[in-house]
Amino acid sequence: MQSNDLPIISASKLCKSFSDIEVVRGVEFNVYKGCCYGFLGPNGAGKTTTLNMIEGISPMSSGHLSVFGYQLPEQGSLARARMGIVPQMDNLDPDFSVIQNLRIYGSYFRIPKAILEKRIKDLLEFMQLSDRANEKPDNLSGGMKRRLTIARALVNDPELIILDEPTTGLDPQVRHVIWDQLRKLMQGGKTILMTTHYMDEAERLCDELLIMDHGKILDQGSPRQIIEKHVERYVVELDNEGGLIKQLQKIPATRLEVHADTLFCYCNEQQPVIDLLTRLGNAHYFFRPCNLEDVFLNMTGRELRE
Amino acid sequence: MNSLYYRLPRFSFNAWIIWYRNIQVWTKLIGPALVLHFLEPLIYLFGLGFGLAVFVGDIEGVPYLTFLASGLVASSAMMTASLEGTYSVFTRMVPQKTYSAILASPIEVDDIMAGEILWCATKATFSSIAIIIVAALMGAVDSWMAIWAIPIVFLSALCFSGPAIVIATMAPGYDYFNYYFTLGVTPMFVLCGVFYPVSTLPESLQLAVQLLPLTHAIELIRPLITGMEVNNPLLHILVLVSYTVLFYYLAVIKVRKRMIQ
Repeated sequence: MQSNDLPIISASKLCKSFSDIEVVRGVEFNVYKGCCYGFLGPNGAGKTTTLNMIEGISPMSSGHLSVFGYQLPEQGSLARARMGIVPQMDNLDPDFSVIQNLRIYGSYFRIPKAILEKRIKDLLEFMQLSDRANEKPDNLSGGMKRRLTIARALVNDPELIILDEPTTGLDPQVRHVIWDQLRKLMQGGKTILMTTHYMDEAERLCDELLIMDHGKILDQGSPRQIIEKHVERYVVELDNEGGLIKQLQKIPATRLEVHADTLFCYCNEQQPVIDLLTRLGNAHYFFRPCNLEDVFLNMTGRELRE
Repeated sequence: MNSLYYRLPRFSFNAWIIWYRNIQVWTKLIGPALVLHFLEPLIYLFGLGFGLAVFVGDIEGVPYLTFLASGLVASSAMMTASLEGTYSVFTRMVPQKTYSAILASPIEVDDIMAGEILWCATKATFSSIAIIIVAALMGAVDSWMAIWAIPIVFLSALCFSGPAIVIATMAPGYDYFNYYFTLGVTPMFVLCGVFYPVSTLPESLQLAVQLLPLTHAIELIRPLITGMEVNNPLLHILVLVSYTVLFYYLAVIKVRKRMIQ
């Protein structure tokens, strides 16, 4: 992502430690207006900590960070006035109804009443919550709560929207509604910064991906660029039966990986692999184009992170 | 990091936004809240006021019912501020994550704490006003001068809110508040002159009791309600203000350390 404009966010040599444990280690990136940026990485990669620093609620241990030209964390309050933040965990106000949640949140930004009421009406429609306006958050489904949290983050008409795992735990219908609305926000010129574990989400929404692990950015680029750079075009997944590896190794330009009982055969030309499998009478294979998930597992490994 | 935690708090209008948020929650529950505010003093004043008055007669030239009512005005401010500052503040800060939500806006910890202390004191003042009204209806208040007690009640409530909030920031759970109430609030309720003059205590205990804020709150509030002269008003006000300022600052530091990591 290159632009002649000044970046909205500029981070250089950003580090963060929690009592001697380095969580973010020298992260550098720029964020430009109107694009959607996705931080990808396993649990504990440092994604949320990086977002917290951008929000000015977590002071960095060292490095330099400016958002809208404000120095963080000192000028965090000024920067947050122009941000909308959707946290990973739901923290709606249970004492207030849906509409009151938006009103109270608007009051934190000192938005004039007339403007606020108009905006709340639009946001309830935008997030398809108009008929739930007087419901308490406890009576909402997970998807409605998340939509309300997003509506709440938009109450100050922010230029930058930060979402930490916006669709985790939601059903496919809700995810698609949220994606559609995020796309509309981008078309309206908003800048979006998000973390996600869903590769399809990242591939669909993000213009630019930053792949993080162990507190560092491993690579950055558009989803297409990253896939082309790190993995072959296709992958064949099949049961790892005796002798199969040796046969497949004979085909040039294939790369083989074994995990548990599954054999992954990466290749740019699919025909030789499929011909071989047909010849061997092996019908239990799954052939597909490589996607971001392959890149992700390739770059961050397959062991569990908990 | 440390300079961020310990720098002096900044005051802004934002504190009133937090105060307003809390008062809106309270007005939703105003029915039961008002009943409690009026019922509790009524029970105390009827039970103890009438029950003991026969044996006690006047204390320092004041009928016992009036003496007790003026003490309860102060102790109720303490009790309400302490309950709100511990249980309710903890609820908003920890399980409800209200502070995390607020801190994603331009509002800062300094504002949240100022708003919370102002709110705790406001709620406490409501409960004390309820007692003044009940006492007046029972004939225990005979001068409109008692209205002057209200700003002093508010100041006293500010002074009790800070320590309660500091306790809330230290608490691993609700059970922890039992320590504060058993070791802090109840001894003040019993020892600081609500039910009898502090001068009847052994001398060493009298000195210790002078360090506790409720003693000073009562020294100010009682004469205002009974129409007597206030002794050493500046000293008592200074004690209350010092407690308020010190514990507000401590609360801000504690919550900064908790929320800004």
